Amino acid sequence: MFDFSDVTTPLHAFLSRLLGESLAVVTECVLVAVALISIYAVFAMIMIYAERKVCAAFQCRIGPDRVGKWGWLQVISDVLKMMTKEVINLRQTDRFLHRIAPFLVVTASMTTFACLPWNKGAQIIDFNVGVFFFLAVGSVGVVGILLAGWSSNNKYSLIGAMRSGAQIISYELSIGMVMLTMICLTGTMSFSEICQQQADLGWNIFRGHIIALPAFIIYLIAGNAECNRGPFDLPESESELTAGYHTEYSGMDFGYYYLAEYLNIVVCAGIAATIFLGGWAPFVVPGLDGFNEVMSMIPGFVWFVGKTFFVIGLLLWQRWTFPRLRIDQILTLEWKYLIPISMTLLIGMALLVSFGLTF
Amino acid sequence: MEQQGYFAGLMGGIKSLCTGLKVTMREFWTPKITERYPENRKTNKMFERFRGQLILPHNELNEHKCVGCGICQMVCPNDTIVIKSEMREGEDGKKRKVLVEHVYDHGRCMYCMLCVTSCPHGALAFDNEFEYAVFDRTKLVKQLNHPGSKVQPKK
Repeated sequence: MFDFSDVTTPLHAFLSRLLGESLAVVTECVLVAVALISIYAVFAMIMIYAERKVCAAFQCRIGPDRVGKWGWLQVISDVLKMMTKEVINLRQTDRFLHRIAPFLVVTASMTTFACLPWNKGAQIIDFNVGVFFFLAVGSVGVVGILLAGWSSNNKYSLIGAMRSGAQIISYELSIGMVMLTMICLTGTMSFSEICQQQADLGWNIFRGHIIALPAFIIYLIAGNAECNRGPFDLPESESELTAGYHTEYSGMDFGYYYLAEYLNIVVCAGIAATIFLGGWAPFVVPGLDGFNEVMSMIPGFVWFVGKTFFVIGLLLWQRWTFPRLRIDQILTLEWKYLIPISMTLLIGMALLVSFGLTF
Repeated sequence: MEQQGYFAGLMGGIKSLCTGLKVTMREFWTPKITERYPENRKTNKMFERFRGQLILPHNELNEHKCVGCGICQMVCPNDTIVIKSEMREGEDGKKRKVLVEHVYDHGRCMYCMLCVTSCPHGALAFDNEFEYAVFDRTKLVKQLNHPGSKVQPKK
């Protein structure tokens, strides 16, 4: 198995010798930040393209195919368009909060993005309460959304932001509950240890079997609601609220929301892949040694990205299948169905673990 | 709708969601219906019902079925059609109305098809032509009867 610390440890040693310990750490921080932001941008482009193509396929269309071969230049031209558009300052808005809101959203999304374990030894933010950190930082995004709605001085924005707040705070509960279920199984909150454990013992979704599978599904539902997508996209339901909380944004300020929305899907799918599908751990079947050998040859980040895109595919599939829910239906689904089910799952997992019924 | 129990409602909901997912997954793999228009211009075929533009079909003897009665002109809501006709003496010595010009202003047509349905002789039809962009509005005014054409004799 390819270990990314084989690259980083010599690099760190080299930089320390060259610049001294403290300056080396600063340089590494800058390098990591640059790498993170570029991966973030690349994933945003891939996601936008994938979304348009997959959506088209579900609706029996072809999707963008005019700009460049198969329309792959379409996304790049969209990005250029977004960056060159004017950022309009509106009268009678809270100027400071209006400008700061998109940065809060994008910062939260980037920080959660940094929590993903890309490969063995390639975690950016990783410590013993990583799952807590992820949940906490993920909640900062909702502050940005609420600020955007409030500072826009627009009734549509405010209604959208309030809906988003109610929805995200509710669904955070079942996400937390499901994560607790899986932590109950793994016994650790650090993403790297969760992955290492799954590489040694098998994916959590197989280890937790009858409890982990419904937990995975609940995680997908709640994660989708966290991303404000899909049947849960009523914060920006275009038929009632024009664009919801980002109605009054233009240019790159709008672009940040757009970016954060798509990257939140990647983060949501990446965490699902980490917690349930083994992160960078290869798919191994006990007993089939030749097969396992081949699977272990594939580097970890390929496994991780592959699993992430598998989960993204599931999310896109349901996003283009189900109609939008009403706000009361969303809250009913959460408080009357998902929370009781996830509480039952937590107890069930505790029983499984204490009776040693997990693999 | 009858109120279902909690678990029956939950199971019913899951079942109907799965039905929806199955439908979209099937749709995902079906061949796409999008027409790649400028590329497939040679092979592209409009569907039969499409209302392109009004025509007065002529047979191979350059004969049409229009008797110049003017019903289409009267029934047209937009004054799209103007019929010019005159009384002429036929070979049997009777005077008959004969179509001189059937003028169709395509720019004013709203494709309601009232002219076609109200024509007592079934003389009019819509074809499937759809590339009718021109630079000059006067080019949209067309004479539908071909030069030198005459009415199809009654059988």
